[in-house]
Amino acid sequence: MDEIVREKIKHVKKGDQSAFEDVVFLFQNKIYQHCFRMLGNRQEAEDIAQEAFIRAYVNIDSFDERRKFSTWLYRIATNLTIDRIRKRKPDYYLDAEIKGTEGLNMYSQLPYEQRLPGEEVENMELQRYIHKEISELPPKYRSIIILRYLEDFSLKEISEILNIPMGTVKTRIHRGREALRKKLRHV
Amino acid sequence: MSCNNKEVVGLMHRYLDGGLTTEEENKLRLHLEDCEDCQQHFHELKRTITFIQSAESVTAPEGFTANVMNNLPAEKSRMRYMRWFKKHPVITAAAIFFIFMISGMLSMWNQNTELVVSKEEDLVIDGGTVIVPPDVVVEGDLVVRNGDLIISGTIEGNVTLINGELIEDPFENESLMASVGEINGEIKQVDQAFEWMWYKIKNFFNNLFSF
Repeated sequence: MDEIVREKIKHVKKGDQSAFEDVVFLFQNKIYQHCFRMLGNRQEAEDIAQEAFIRAYVNIDSFDERRKFSTWLYRIATNLTIDRIRKRKPDYYLDAEIKGTEGLNMYSQLPYEQRLPGEEVENMELQRYIHKEISELPPKYRSIIILRYLEDFSLKEISEILNIPMGTVKTRIHRGREALRKKLRHV
Repeated sequence: MSCNNKEVVGLMHRYLDGGLTTEEENKLRLHLEDCEDCQQHFHELKRTITFIQSAESVTAPEGFTANVMNNLPAEKSRMRYMRWFKKHPVITAAAIFFIFMISGMLSMWNQNTELVVSKEEDLVIDGGTVIVPPDVVVEGDLVVRNGDLIISGTIEGNVTLINGELIEDPFENESLMASVGEINGEIKQVDQAFEWMWYKIKNFFNNLFSF
């Protein structure tokens, strides 16, 4: 896979757009999923994932071929999702009305219409509940937890993707795990 | 909690990240055997990780790739040239050099419309014509640029005419006795820009090798 990607990227750098189509196809699910886990919303995930690929294409000349393309791509995608999360801070809360809609709030994005406090948690599909808990972590912990446990990156790769020192990765993964442990212990 | 929880929790996390020495691992295991709180904590952590890993997976919506491709910025032709130039620095440098050289040569050629003679002593200049009078002996080479040359006297060296002509026997009708000019060297006549360039280049190499 790595070898195929390397070959494709060479072609893209030479100006071959169709080679990039193959690259997008190879990574679309991974990147879309990563964005979805970061953002917790399909529409935004699609927008950001698309934006990530476009940025990768536009800046392909700055990609160092000796490094791993996936790491670079994940970095672009992660940075874009974090930017998006920062920008939407005001309607981050579930009660807030979604811009451009009438009477719709973030609850309507959840699988069930009724509000779901603690007691009803058990009724909720466990996977979705976990997903929700992950997506409520602060972004800096969220990205690391997702990369480590859902996308199987090593701590070293995570430090490259996020461009932060190894020590910081370790501290954040500990805190992220503890935060989730507290949220999920009663499940 | 009865134990020094902080340190043990630290060990647990390092265990999960795979960074424990055998010694530390033993210490953690021994402690967990004794301390129920920590056992519980450790169990919860491992369970949390299992939970995280069971999160639903999603796939990209249909037509995602096509969408991306449609939204790629069309490569500007300028960018394409730039990319090409970056890829072929030697050709680019050669092309630029060539352009400068040609334009330099041409402008020099066009600028020099004035009559220039390499030495003027004893020669007669009449408008656009240089005349070597019958009794004059020019020692060495003679170069005339942008003018015609009439030779009645003698030139010991080479004659080079740039953008001009050698007019032979202009006095034919005046006097049969008029001696025909004599050149003891070669005559070179350069009329075209290209020839002139060639002459320049040849001169350059001649000078180079004459040392």
